[in-house]
Amino acid sequence: MMAAKAKPTAHRVGMEVSIAVSHAVQLARAEAIAAYPITPQTHIVEHLSTMVANGDLDAEFVNVESEHSAMSACIGMSATGARTYTATSSQGLALMNEILFIASALRLPIAMTVANRALSGPLSIWNDHGDIMAARDIGWIQVFVENGQEAFDHSVMAFKIAENHKVLLPTIINMDGFILTHVVEAMEFLDQETIDKFLPAYHPRFRLDPHQPVTMGAFAMPEIYTEMKMAHQMALTESYGHILKVWKEWGDLTGRRYQPVERYKTEGAKILLLTMGCLSEVAEVAVDEMREAGEEVGLLKLRLWRPFPFADLRAAVAGAELLIVIDRALSLGGAAPPVLAEVRSAFYAQPQRPQTASFVIGLGGRDVAPPAFKEIVAQARAEAQTGPTQEFHIYGVRG
Amino acid sequence: MSKPMDQITWQEIEVGAILTEPGSARAYDTGDWRSQHPVWTKSRCIRCGVCWTVCPEAGISEEPGGYFDMNHYCKGCGICAKECVTGCISMVPEEE
Repeated sequence: MMAAKAKPTAHRVGMEVSIAVSHAVQLARAEAIAAYPITPQTHIVEHLSTMVANGDLDAEFVNVESEHSAMSACIGMSATGARTYTATSSQGLALMNEILFIASALRLPIAMTVANRALSGPLSIWNDHGDIMAARDIGWIQVFVENGQEAFDHSVMAFKIAENHKVLLPTIINMDGFILTHVVEAMEFLDQETIDKFLPAYHPRFRLDPHQPVTMGAFAMPEIYTEMKMAHQMALTESYGHILKVWKEWGDLTGRRYQPVERYKTEGAKILLLTMGCLSEVAEVAVDEMREAGEEVGLLKLRLWRPFPFADLRAAVAGAELLIVIDRALSLGGAAPPVLAEVRSAFYAQPQRPQTASFVIGLGGRDVAPPAFKEIVAQARAEAQTGPTQEFHIYGVRG
Repeated sequence: MSKPMDQITWQEIEVGAILTEPGSARAYDTGDWRSQHPVWTKSRCIRCGVCWTVCPEAGISEEPGGYFDMNHYCKGCGICAKECVTGCISMVPEEE
């Protein structure tokens, strides 16, 4: 995390990160929220519903009976031209699944926080990335955050990115359940005036309006379905430049700068770890210790998951001999865990590419401490000499 | 739509594949799907309009004199024949 530059309009407050996210949504002047409570996301929408009930946020809060309905209601409200927000986790995200594809195909700029949590079964309320990886291909912009400040920042920026008329795509902010959602952290908040300047009111390109009727969600014949998917693919790919523009504007405003692939002590590194979410802060501690011991180890943090930043990743890895990809999810029966599959695809056609090693870690809330990364680096280094013994390792699994 | 569907490129598709022109379904001839169609025996028709009421696709139009006939949106589902009070509608297979 880069040091926050103190601004006269900003103040630092210690707060639970979930509550900070709800304040970000309040400052963003969300107009429509439909949500169903699910651990560990509940605090976010609970606080938003309190704000609406107390008159502190002028929004429509729709209580629904399921996440399937939550996303359906979000689609309807976004289609009327309202700035729309929801949050969910795990089973909730899974229950939304079929509607998620429709939100992005209709190009509705809904912002959603996913408090990442393991999927059942077995039932687990704790953190991993299995939920979002099962929803990888929903056609939304997807970012990962590492700490509370990033969660606040990206919760505001998500609306600005999504609502850009050249983007018009729903956006997910992934934050690790419990490990991040329930931690109390000192964060810098911006005042309403600054946020209002940064994020003006949403003006939809099209909206449901009886005086100017349009059809949203018409069916597609085989003659046109492929072209529609191509248009969606291009929109998501081309959102990349607009995402970076918004991040830059936020950086100029706050001093907190974000990149699709962030580098930590990568200068001259022969070995690079690649992490996502709040594991990155743990890995930083391990990298600090390994660097002090003279090891040429650095860290890459993957912030932007969709659209996948192929060029940034290739540039960031250039010069490294071994890239150790850390996944917090499995692709059961597949060749590789989700992040590794993407990373290997990014490098397969390259004339010069690093060796890759793959470790799955922290499933279902299993704690990860800095020594884990040191052991992973040692094992990967040894296997780089002898050749990997298997496609990927599940770190710490007994038996 | 200005162009036939099979000539539209991905760049020409409106954001979200939204149709900005109301009533565009009118241009889609659902009668093409038909493998059978209803035929009214006028001598037994009492002009009650039950067929027109139950048709799910607005595929039946009222004719001069208060009788009914199918139009080119009829998909040939046969609901009208099933529901006809006097049994004056029979479904006849389409022929090339």
